Amino acid sequence: MTFTEDQVRRYARHILLPHIGGEGQRKLTEASAVVIGAGGLGSPAAMYLAAAGVGRIGLVDFDAVDVSNLQRQLLHDTSDVGRPKVESGRDRLLALNPTIEVETYRTPLTSANAFDILGPYDVVVDGTDNFPVRYLANDASQMLGKPLIYGSIYQFEGQASVFLPGEGNPCYRCLFPEPPPPGTVPNCAEAGVFGVLPGIVGSIQATEAIKVITGAGEPLVGRLLTFDALAMEFTTVKLRWDPDCPVCGKVPTVTELIDYDAFCGLAPGEAPPEAERAPEVPA
Amino acid sequence: MISVKLPTLLRAHAGGEPQVQVEGATLGEALATLGERYPDLVRSIRGEDGALHRHVNVYVNGEDVRYLGALETPLGDGDTVAILPSVAGG
Repeated sequence: MTFTEDQVRRYARHILLPHIGGEGQRKLTEASAVVIGAGGLGSPAAMYLAAAGVGRIGLVDFDAVDVSNLQRQLLHDTSDVGRPKVESGRDRLLALNPTIEVETYRTPLTSANAFDILGPYDVVVDGTDNFPVRYLANDASQMLGKPLIYGSIYQFEGQASVFLPGEGNPCYRCLFPEPPPPGTVPNCAEAGVFGVLPGIVGSIQATEAIKVITGAGEPLVGRLLTFDALAMEFTTVKLRWDPDCPVCGKVPTVTELIDYDAFCGLAPGEAPPEAERAPEVPA
Repeated sequence: MISVKLPTLLRAHAGGEPQVQVEGATLGEALATLGERYPDLVRSIRGEDGALHRHVNVYVNGEDVRYLGALETPLGDGDTVAILPSVAGG
């Protein structure tokens, strides 16, 4: 493809840039990314991807804008309160960059729709706010062979990594084999969240998505980045592939999508849900 | 002395401290000692059976202890233990 005059002007600072250049910008323009959750992480992630000219962006969120979201979720305006987040999000992204396409999915991500929603995109960005969807997004991305750009936050601290399907690369389940017991980790509504925090972590996710799309630099694969806003410290720890991982290990035992509500309701050490065991063949 | 860095999620169990100092030749020993001072802190890192929770990662000098020997991971003076719980906020 050749750039239009508008594209050359719009993306001039990327086209000039070593490691991106015209070739990288062309890859961005031809790429697609789906952002799960149009909230704190999804806002900066989707906005930077739109600004960078990622050609097609999907937004997945079933929720409506609440005034308490505006302290950190920059996809939405005060005038959007009460609107579906995917609608105000689409408006924001298209206002930033009307040359891209934005597709909206006003639904929770479930085992029934995950392949259909994530399948048509090159990259998956995890900006959700709960454990069941994080495990589901991981499993679906692994099974589809799509890179998953992970970010997660709590109060003043964040985590980010890139789960790139492929031999020797870890996934979310290699990082945390099991979710915590329900009720032990408060959510943002219960515990509060520092408004800038998802701005930083979501921007890191956009950075990694753009790197994965363009091939620039070293993606955050096999490493977990942690960020502490109070100490203003970034730390990177090694993240290893688990050969016994039920999803990406040598002998995967989870080979179809399951809804994790039950899994996430189990106490540690309890048996996995029926759906995780090999199906019994009726005699 | 071994420094144990605590995430905000767990600091309330250690009097709000971001970091505590402990002695111990292995991770298991250090956690046992720490458990005398901060029982709730250690309960959130390992279960009744003593095994490390699978939703909380423990790193010694940046390496996941699951690949170092879990509770048998040797510790020495100046080592840093970091606790990283699974969080899901977005």
